Amino acid sequence: MAKHSAHEGSVGIVAPQRFHATGEFALQCGESLDGFELVYETYGQLNAARSNAVLICHALSGNHHAAGYHAEDDAKPGWWDTCIGPGKAVDTNRFFVVSPNNLGGCDGSTGPASSNPATGEIFGPAFPTVTVRDWVRSQAALADHLGIERFAAVVGGSLGGMQAMQWAIDEPERVGAAVLIASAAKLSAQNIAFNEIARQAITSDPQFRDGHYRSANANPDMGLGLARMIGHVTYLSDFGMGQKFGRELKSGNVSAARDVEFQVESYLRHQGQSFSQRFDANTYLLMTRALDFFDPAGECGGDLVAALERAQSDFLVLSFSTDWRFSAARSKEIVDALIAAGKNVVSAVIDSAHGHDSFLLPLPRYISVFKAYMDRLAAAAGSAASAGSAENAEAGSADAP
Amino acid sequence: MRPDLEIIADLIKPGARVLDLGCGEGELLAGLQAEKQVNGYGLDVDPDNIAICVRKGVNVIEQNLDQGLANFPDDSFDMVVMTETLQSVRMPALVLDEMLRIGQECIVTFPNFGHWRSRWHLFLKGRMPMAPHLPHDWHDTPNIHLCTVKDFERLVRDKGLRIIQRFVAGADHRNRPRMSLMPNLFGAIAFYRLGRPE
Repeated sequence: MAKHSAHEGSVGIVAPQRFHATGEFALQCGESLDGFELVYETYGQLNAARSNAVLICHALSGNHHAAGYHAEDDAKPGWWDTCIGPGKAVDTNRFFVVSPNNLGGCDGSTGPASSNPATGEIFGPAFPTVTVRDWVRSQAALADHLGIERFAAVVGGSLGGMQAMQWAIDEPERVGAAVLIASAAKLSAQNIAFNEIARQAITSDPQFRDGHYRSANANPDMGLGLARMIGHVTYLSDFGMGQKFGRELKSGNVSAARDVEFQVESYLRHQGQSFSQRFDANTYLLMTRALDFFDPAGECGGDLVAALERAQSDFLVLSFSTDWRFSAARSKEIVDALIAAGKNVVSAVIDSAHGHDSFLLPLPRYISVFKAYMDRLAAAAGSAASAGSAENAEAGSADAP
Repeated sequence: MRPDLEIIADLIKPGARVLDLGCGEGELLAGLQAEKQVNGYGLDVDPDNIAICVRKGVNVIEQNLDQGLANFPDDSFDMVVMTETLQSVRMPALVLDEMLRIGQECIVTFPNFGHWRSRWHLFLKGRMPMAPHLPHDWHDTPNIHLCTVKDFERLVRDKGLRIIQRFVAGADHRNRPRMSLMPNLFGAIAFYRLGRPE
């Protein structure tokens, strides 16, 4: 057996699948798409009762590749492999996990880099504004396609948590539990400010060409890289950065100082560079806009309790002590509103030195609460499935071993 | 269920909204959810307790009582419970006020420092009392606001709170008839069910 498929706790080698939705898809902004495609991965097996499905919603720069490996020689697994796999918090031995790339994304789902069926040309900056609500509707269409009437859980960190919350509000009958990790009910002015700086970095790059960089065979590498660098600073904590990089010099002494001298500079530049190679600038603008506009309470006159009253699901709300991007206080706002709305909610504030990025890390206490919660859901889904064998339905055959 | 929790559970109406401050391993709420369809939440700060509560399906919220309860609206619960936690909060009198702001009624239990064992310990040994219901050494105890039954009743009287029910139990949380004769001497654990001032 080759290395990744033999990895303990890994779903092994996985392959993305495609879902093509036909017909007009009206967006919240008033525009519509003439059909769309979502690329997604699945892990585990859907049980006969179809009661064990879990939807994973990704964050700003994430995609459908949440767990496992695409090839034996992949250097890294999917972005949330710490939490998704056999025996892990989201246990693929018990759950059927669906992980799509969001509409407007740049990893295979219809987005700014796709071609517009009406014109035959790349959408580019003409791709319509999408919202978290649009994502929920597009993911619901994918669920229909897979024969999933109700998710045992909709799970997400950061922007993914916002989607999970919107799912609970917009599709109350289709969500058993919403798991909101390092998330917020809306962005603060400070959050929007950071997004705006990131957007300015991109749009002011001459290579951005008003969003038409692809047709000019160019890419705003500098701007996109800079946007990522800003983002990265907000994902880490002061303490965590100090621990990881300190003031360490690459060359070891000041007299030999060159352009990039501190380890943290080199790290950020590397992050920026590699991001600009893999991510689409128009998608970055679109995703940050969706983040900025997310505000379910806004639609209820600013009353988050009223917004959440529609939900029928249970909630798990987790936050991290040093997260200043979406601080524990923001999660507490959600928890307080859920209690006021009389919803079942569990919440924990995990002590972590690693800031917002904590939700991606294998922190023992985090994983233990997350897993305990998911295990209960799995047990409930299992009893809903009765004693029937887990014969897979025609839809969504899993790639996992 | 632990005997003291069983006593408390008996005082709670089916379908009630219950807030348990310092819910520990969630035993009370788990029992109430299963038997009385109670809509309950428990607050705790101990990571192990929180994981245990989650496994039991209890709505546990990680929140430190010393940081206040301002996030809970007035009258949002039928009953606010706090078992053997009053003595470890920074401002017990304020917590009591908050409990009766949030809930119509509250149930408070605490270890009685006036119990004969504590008195005997201090009198005879001249050292800070340790007993089955007060197991910690003075320098290593979460109990920073210990009181006697008399002390507590004076606070309750000063605040004008209504005592709806009260009784004492041994360190094993069981009530015996003789204890009620001299509760401040024979009760190890005191139970109070309180209402707002009339």
